[in-house]
Amino acid sequence: MSADTNDVLRSVRIVLPYHLRNLAHVGTEVALTVVEPVTMRRVLDALEAAYPMLRGTIREYETGQRRAFLRFFACEEDWSHEPVDAELPRSVIEGKEPLLVIGAIAGG
Amino acid sequence: MSSVRVLVGTRKGAFILTSDGKRQDWKVDGPHFAGWEIYHMKGSPVDPNRIYASQTSGWFGQLLQCSTNGGKSWEQPGVKPEDATPSWPPAKSNRFLYDVSPETGKPLTTHQWYDGTQHPWEFKRVWHLEPSLTDAETVYAGVEDAALFRSTDGGKNWHELAGLRGHGTGPNWQPGAGGMCLHTIILDPADPGRIYIAISAAGAFRTDDGGVTWKPINKGLVSNMIPNPTAEIGHCVHHVAMSPARPGVLFMQKHWDVMRSDDAGDSWREVSGNLPTDFGFAIDVHAHEPETLYVVPITSDSLHYPPEGKLRVYRSKTGGNEWEPLTQGLPQQDCYVNVLRDAMAVDSLDKCGVYFGTTGGQVYASADAGDNWQPIVRDLPGVLSIEVQTLA
Repeated sequence: MSADTNDVLRSVRIVLPYHLRNLAHVGTEVALTVVEPVTMRRVLDALEAAYPMLRGTIREYETGQRRAFLRFFACEEDWSHEPVDAELPRSVIEGKEPLLVIGAIAGG
Repeated sequence: MSSVRVLVGTRKGAFILTSDGKRQDWKVDGPHFAGWEIYHMKGSPVDPNRIYASQTSGWFGQLLQCSTNGGKSWEQPGVKPEDATPSWPPAKSNRFLYDVSPETGKPLTTHQWYDGTQHPWEFKRVWHLEPSLTDAETVYAGVEDAALFRSTDGGKNWHELAGLRGHGTGPNWQPGAGGMCLHTIILDPADPGRIYIAISAAGAFRTDDGGVTWKPINKGLVSNMIPNPTAEIGHCVHHVAMSPARPGVLFMQKHWDVMRSDDAGDSWREVSGNLPTDFGFAIDVHAHEPETLYVVPITSDSLHYPPEGKLRVYRSKTGGNEWEPLTQGLPQQDCYVNVLRDAMAVDSLDKCGVYFGTTGGQVYASADAGDNWQPIVRDLPGVLSIEVQTLA
């Protein structure tokens, strides 16, 4: 995403599940620069732009929908079903809290 | 000196087993892609160090991986950091898009669902990768829901060979218990236009024009679990094998029955002979003796383990019908593993090496065409697939 001089840039923290960290060759948490308004769509766009190997692993390729067995948590709330263009919680926008991408728990 | 590289796909990662031509001492490398299901890996006959791998997950979907250095390192084709784009939707790499009708833009066809209704094709995973015999950049992918895709740029972009689904019987295909998967792809070394594929539970199909048009090749198959046991399609073909040295002669392990065709699949006859059970998944042909073939009989469709708890490979040196059990080095009591359809392969050394993997995580090898076996490794995750590369 290109930014112009009037854009407000935010550094957003994302915590990825184990397998996606390995795929992207990153640690537990990554920081991304996102232009306000900071929404789920913009954060995931920035994530996939920075780490293209993650394309298709969080959102379905064709529909852009969240994959069924993943959830998005922020500030101890489930944001999985919120509109993707809704602004994320202030603590996430200001980098005080991370956005968590969580894989559904299952055995085997 | 020659060497061999065994590519093992498992439920929790990929492993690469290497040995010299004696095939007695082995190095085990892995897991690669730890924790992911690796349905299949296969190296290019043109460039053996180029290996394609199908990496899949119920959580994160389907990824394709490619190595150009024999499995030392991997990358997703077309997904290098410099390929990054700033917005959705992403580039086409790693995408398996079913063709739609050019007139209506709607799905090309539907298939039969478990309840008898029609159901749209939905991509789930890649079961089998078959690199071209002549071009390292070209590779075929057999996927679930059943379709055949081809990439001509090393896996960056995939295009469906839609004539397979579109030839007319597609609406009658239906999934087997393991899903509706295209699991077998055989490229004819003598005829670049000829490709064989097999689908559970639709049957076997052949193209003679490089994938444009297809026809079912199931005449002679008898499946008592379908309403018309000799129907043109609907057969649960588990695997098909062909000796590259004798194209056109095919061997099939069907759900039940081991079958043989001497006319490129136009007709089949049963060669189960004296097998203790003719249910099974894996089948392969000796690298130098096209009448010598191998199966691993499994008790039944209800009991997916070897009869009597004895793991036995059966070998026929007569092209079927007459079978001998091969037991030396294999467990002959309390063994209740399965050997899946893509989990057997042969090398091309002299003597021919035979390899298979089990759902219990063992990989067995025979360096003498099946007379004697040894476990290369015993405690891997459940083995989904085995391929072998014979290296100069």
